[in-house]
Amino acid sequence: MNDKTMQFEVLRYRPEQEDVPSSQTYTVPFREDWVILDALNFIKDEQDGTLSYRWSCRMGVCGSCGVMVNGVPKLTCGTFLKDYYPNKIRIEPLDGFPVERDLITHMDDFMKKLHSVKPWLIRNEGEEKPIEEGEYLQTPTELYAYKQYSMCINCMLCYAACPITALEPSFIGPAAIALAQRYNMDSRDQGRDERQKIIMEHDGIWECTFVGECSVVCPKDVDPAGAIQRAKLNGTIDWFKQWILPRKGGIR
Amino acid sequence: MKLYYRPVQNAWWLKRQPYVLFIVRELTSLFVGLYCLLLLVTIYSLGQGEKSYDGMLIFLKSGPIIFLHVVALIFTVYHSITWFNLTPKAIVIPFGEKRLPDIFIAGSNYVAWVILSGIVYWLIVRF
Repeated sequence: MNDKTMQFEVLRYRPEQEDVPSSQTYTVPFREDWVILDALNFIKDEQDGTLSYRWSCRMGVCGSCGVMVNGVPKLTCGTFLKDYYPNKIRIEPLDGFPVERDLITHMDDFMKKLHSVKPWLIRNEGEEKPIEEGEYLQTPTELYAYKQYSMCINCMLCYAACPITALEPSFIGPAAIALAQRYNMDSRDQGRDERQKIIMEHDGIWECTFVGECSVVCPKDVDPAGAIQRAKLNGTIDWFKQWILPRKGGIR
Repeated sequence: MKLYYRPVQNAWWLKRQPYVLFIVRELTSLFVGLYCLLLLVTIYSLGQGEKSYDGMLIFLKSGPIIFLHVVALIFTVYHSITWFNLTPKAIVIPFGEKRLPDIFIAGSNYVAWVILSGIVYWLIVRF
């Protein structure tokens, strides 16, 4: 044990008592093996039980604990105090989301966007295999084609890193487009045309100006920026195909 | 529920270095465009006869225009390099069970760049 400490400046919003968030500073013990979530839990248990924030698995799987740490979106369970010591750490709710209370953001809009890209396997009418025929088999290559995009934990760090989602709230955003790509590239899926209609719309891939920070902050290396650029390329090829091969290619 | 919507500041892009570099990359296209415009005007003057073209050549040799060329060159190189390095994000080529490594996709742009520059240089020196 030592007596080193760190300053935590936390943005607080208590809707019943204030209209605009305000900062509150806490002093927490510094431990080599503590992550920011440990420090927040220390504050909540020992200093201020009113501080509100989300967390669950504390191991980078559930995607609940994303906040802005010194202006950069991070999972609090995977961000160590030692990387910031002895400087002050500023904690804010994720950028680009409405705030419900303290560090808790309102994610209804995000959930609607995720749902809008139809993130499930779609089979053509009458082409679904009966259960008794077993599963749809895939080769390792077919799995590899989409596996990276399937690692998303919906932590929303990519939305907080993306300036476009804040400037254009209707933009469906990095994670939703990566999720659409995840199903589009799955050999078992036949719903690409349905999804393309959604992601090719004005609020889809063409809003993206390729800042690229969504991929930088992603804790699971999903690379949503790559997914969006690939979707742009595929969409452009579709567009040309519908002129060159009106019957075969393109979006109907 | 009383939600708080944080306003987006006009200077959002100054908050972090990656955003500044992004805006710089976007701004470089202005110089690329400006140079294209200059090139078009030069070609137009060529079509207007020898007198007009000679006047254009004198204009192109003036200090401010040479300065503009140098600035445009620096920004165009920055523009090209940043975009070349991003091409592996958009282009994925299956390679065995995995994908062709990024360096081959980005690298092919540099190879094409060198070859095309060589051809342009040869044309200028030859004629």
